[in-house]
Amino acid sequence: MADKKLRIMVAKPGLDGHDRGARVLARCFRDAGFEVIYTGCHQTPEQIAAAAIQEDVDIVGLSCLSGAHRYLFPAVVTLLKDKGADDITVIGGGIIPDQDFKLMFDAGLKAIFTPGATLDSIVEWINTNVQPRA
Amino acid sequence: MIGITGSPGAGKSTLVDGLVECFRKREKTVGVLAVDPTSPFTGGAILGDRIRMQRHAEDPGVFVRSLATRGALGGLAKAVGDSIHVMDVMGMDMVIVETVGTGQQEVDIINHSHTVVVVLIPGMGDEIQAIKAGIMEIADVFVINKADREGSSKLRRELMAMLDMAPPTAFPGGWRPPIVRVENAFEPEGFGKSLEELTATIEEHYQHLVKNDLLGSRVRRKAVVELNEAVRTCVLEPVLSRLIASGEMAGMVEKLLKKESDPYTLAEEIAGRFLKNCD
Ligand code: B12
Ligand SMILES: Nc1nc2c(ncn2[C@@H]2O[C@H](COP(=O)(O)OP(=O)(O)OP(=O)(O)O)[C@@H](O)[C@H]2O)c(=O)[nH]1
Ligand SMILES: [Mg+2]
Repeated sequence: MADKKLRIMVAKPGLDGHDRGARVLARCFRDAGFEVIYTGCHQTPEQIAAAAIQEDVDIVGLSCLSGAHRYLFPAVVTLLKDKGADDITVIGGGIIPDQDFKLMFDAGLKAIFTPGATLDSIVEWINTNVQPRA
Repeated sequence: MIGITGSPGAGKSTLVDGLVECFRKREKTVGVLAVDPTSPFTGGAILGDRIRMQRHAEDPGVFVRSLATRGALGGLAKAVGDSIHVMDVMGMDMVIVETVGTGQQEVDIINHSHTVVVVLIPGMGDEIQAIKAGIMEIADVFVINKADREGSSKLRRELMAMLDMAPPTAFPGGWRPPIVRVENAFEPEGFGKSLEELTATIEEHYQHLVKNDLLGSRVRRKAVVELNEAVRTCVLEPVLSRLIASGEMAGMVEKLLKKESDPYTLAEEIAGRFLKNCD
């Protein structure tokens, strides 16, 4: 069967333990028909990049509510690029102040979702902007 | 290649993580394939096995890949077979496959393995009955997991009794599946020791296969499974997709619903049409 499933990794970089959002998203993505790899909390950007490549995902979703996204999110994008995996889309969410959006987009993140973003809008963004590669 | 199977939540992923550690200590590179079920309702899947193995994520000697079953005809076994070859090409010394072990396809995957480890946990009531039925035939090693839980001695006794009753022919080359008790995963010392024992047992089984020239028969079994799978993909799936695309499939389902025909009659009609060169 030629049905190509979108593979998405949901990851929580850094020391942040707010994992409710990430879990909610993992279920929501499954229900949207994606294959979800959930890595749990306390991941280093290196671990996340390595796992994304091994799992051959189409998209990585980073969740951070601690304020450390300014460093952690760009670090993941850079590592993926260094490993030749710049075709993996990276998006993020959590407590991201408006003034940090520019920094995030400049770093190469493709979208940012903050509290109140509906699950439907997130799934819709992914379906519109990301295609399963293989 | 090692297959790990057992009921959901039996602690397979935790065990695989421990095995990876043991093999890395022996300076072997390890590939892990973790299979999780696809939701029959949405087609999506949460592949959660990796969460227990993340500490190896950065180790270049460890490669973890999660796979979803993608429904009965989605080519799970094919994907696993391909992934195993990829790991072969990458030069992984060991490949470990984790599955929930239900359904024909998963049994096929397990059939790829040289050593099959069946993970059991105490407190599943009449589970032994269920094991008798199928898993018995494929187990090379039994693990009684979560030995901290009540009932692990009882489970061990029952398992022993079951093995005692089996005819000698059930043990090829005289290999009676040993039972390894694995201590509580949350007590690193006991768990580490248990895992060393399990690793040694797996290596012993491999040596047994080598010594008794049984490796070939397993590799042969694996080749058979792979060929089966390839034939299925090349023959069955094109037929199905043509039937679906032409709308005939829907028509036949209607017939079944109206009880105008039965699945075997329809299947024979289809075979008659597509398998022209067969007698
Ligand atoms: C619940 C909660 C907790 C729970 C966490 C339970 C858990 N296991 O998750 C507990 C009580 C443990 C907790 C602890 C702490 N918390 Co708290 N917590 C919250 C709270 C009230 C709600 C978070 C939540 O679960 N929301 C529900 C989920 C579904 O929403 P969400 O994660 O935001 O996700 C949505 C979007 O952000 C987006 N999204 C998020 N991630 C991603 C990722 C991707 C890829 C995408 C596409 C979208 C996306 O999509 C989701 C749907 O809309 C927030 C306040 C708030 N209103 O956000 C504070 C908050 C996050 N906590 C805060 C703090 C400070 C802490 C503590 C440090 C407090 C302390 N001093 O001990 C600790 C730290 C814990 C730790 N180890 O990290 C601060 C963070 C401040 C900051 N970043 O500047 C907040 C903002 C409260 C505040 N206003 O001060 N907390
Ligand atoms: N009490 C106890 N719990 C354990 C032990 N080993 C694992 N667990 C817990 O059992 C749960 C399931 O462990 P996993 O390793 O994910 O089990 P699994 O068989 O891989 O599960 P699936 O892949 O979902 O089928 C987790 O919450 C573990 O923490 C143990 O030795 N004792
Ligand atoms: Mg598991």
